[in-house]
Amino acid sequence: MRPLTLRRLLLQCTVLLAILFGVVIVAIKFGAVPVSLYALGRDMWGVLFHQRSGISTDYVLIIQNIRLPRILLGIIVGASLSVAGTSFQALLRNPLADPYVLGVSSGAGLGAILALIAEPHLNLSPMLAALLTPLGAFIGAAATITAVYFLGRRDGQIDGNTLLLGGVITGSFISAIIMFLMSTLSGNLRGLSFWLMGELSTPLQKSIYWFLGIGFFAAAGAIYTTASDLNLLLAGEKEAMHLGVDVPRVRLVVYIAASFLTGLAVSVSGAIGYVGLIVPHVMRLIFGSDHRTLLPTAALGGAIAVVFADTLARTVVAPSELAVGAVTAVVGAPLFIYLLRRRLA
Amino acid sequence: MSSSSALARNPIDPVRASTDVRLSVEQVSYAHSANPSQAPLFTLEATSFQAKPGEIVAILGPNASGKSTLLKLISGALAPLSGRILLNGFVVHSFTPRTRAQAIAVVQQESTLLFPARAWEFVLQGRHAHGRSLRFESDDDVLIAKNALAQVGAADLSDRWMDKISGGEKQRVILARALAQQPLLLLLDEPTLHLDIAAQIGLLDSLRRLAAENRYTVVVVTHELNLAAEYADQVVLMQRGRCLRVGPPASIYQRELLEQVFQTPLTVEFGSNGRPRVNVLSGTQ
Repeated sequence: MRPLTLRRLLLQCTVLLAILFGVVIVAIKFGAVPVSLYALGRDMWGVLFHQRSGISTDYVLIIQNIRLPRILLGIIVGASLSVAGTSFQALLRNPLADPYVLGVSSGAGLGAILALIAEPHLNLSPMLAALLTPLGAFIGAAATITAVYFLGRRDGQIDGNTLLLGGVITGSFISAIIMFLMSTLSGNLRGLSFWLMGELSTPLQKSIYWFLGIGFFAAAGAIYTTASDLNLLLAGEKEAMHLGVDVPRVRLVVYIAASFLTGLAVSVSGAIGYVGLIVPHVMRLIFGSDHRTLLPTAALGGAIAVVFADTLARTVVAPSELAVGAVTAVVGAPLFIYLLRRRLA
Repeated sequence: MSSSSALARNPIDPVRASTDVRLSVEQVSYAHSANPSQAPLFTLEATSFQAKPGEIVAILGPNASGKSTLLKLISGALAPLSGRILLNGFVVHSFTPRTRAQAIAVVQQESTLLFPARAWEFVLQGRHAHGRSLRFESDDDVLIAKNALAQVGAADLSDRWMDKISGGEKQRVILARALAQQPLLLLLDEPTLHLDIAAQIGLLDSLRRLAAENRYTVVVVTHELNLAAEYADQVVLMQRGRCLRVGPPASIYQRELLEQVFQTPLTVEFGSNGRPRVNVLSGTQ
């Protein structure tokens, strides 16, 4: 018997943090303009110890204003999608659940677009206006997961395959509405590939990063308080109840928080697919299926995966760029098919 | 089969001589309907019985007699339409899920796991309701889980994967998880369903021993007439949502009554230990 201890959990997270740090360095170094590691180290040293005089203008222009914000965004988006995917998999008792596959990302996208359309007519202060898009995305995500949940029920029980099919169809229906809106309306709506594939290249205001960070930690923290309840839910709601889990409360908390995380990610990066599917599976293979470990390791793994995928998206066809969602889909879709085949076998 | 089970069946067992009531089912009824405006599809008529610590109660009856519904009511998973169920004097369905899991353990018909787990992880789940907020298991939890596995003779299964062990072994691990809850009341729904005869007897022998050692009150739903006759202190006989009789097996096992309930010809004999034994006669005999 080797029950989980806080020490082992921290050790695992430290290892992943070190990997994340390495990936961030790689992401800073590579791009349309290559940066030497020596110059990078020297400039970062300067920033950290306030020796502003020695910092090159390259550093300020490229690293501080373009690459670092984009990496930070990738970290938050990856961690959010991955924690949301892990939560949906546990609650729906379906290892193939993921915000993108279930159509929740599309729903969040539609909500965000509707908020962007409504915003100029509402006369809000700039701060509130900036929060309207994530709010719309959250409402869209929550509405979609509710709809898919009821589509996936047969005789009062969640049926795995009906749920997936319901999610995929809902997602494609909502994508069609998004395309319709994009082609009939113009204005500050970003591109179609942003909403359907996901991109991290859109620059954001500084205050939005604070909102994203706080929002992520609040929602992921709320989900983490139910981590050991989620372990028991894997055996089914009835069993979990008999073992002392307050099932309706856990379900409510986790659905709301996971929808919020999806809305958060989609409102700033569009619908990046399959992160919430791939990362939890890889982490489960490495660290086991205990959610007290899985949730934090999936968050770090999601951050690593998205920052890495975005570095590829920026560099593979440089100086042009791929959508980061195209990179994650190239890896994620085959994995989805593999898992589906194994499940049906 | 062992000496401990023979001891447990001793009629002057001190556990059964105690008079305090642990579980009290008082005029409990229930109705299930697909939607509220329609007539109920299934009703359970007012049912009453009591059980003491260390007693095994068998709820016996053919399919669709209301056995499992009665068990769900006792577990608090369903709220009764009328009447009440008391555990040590407290109303069961007003407990929070956590309090309930500290007092009542339920062993259900086999359920599948979504992701594989080892036997010890599975048994530790029984400690969930006793844990603190973030619930890293304490040394006590580990000790209790180890003891629970040992009590059902499954200590050697500790590191095995749950999907790689036999049905009988799995049933023992599931029972160990229930023991790790340290309950007052142990409820089992058709625990012998997928087991061969040796595993059935092994399981019921351990239940008998555990009820005596740990002073659990055990309620078992079954349609195995002979296992109930051999192991139960009390039998609750059900038919089509009605509780027909409550009492020790010797007083319930009457040929006409059982033939009418199970709708099949049978004979009842009494063994040397005073317990009845049923032979079902097939149509050709």
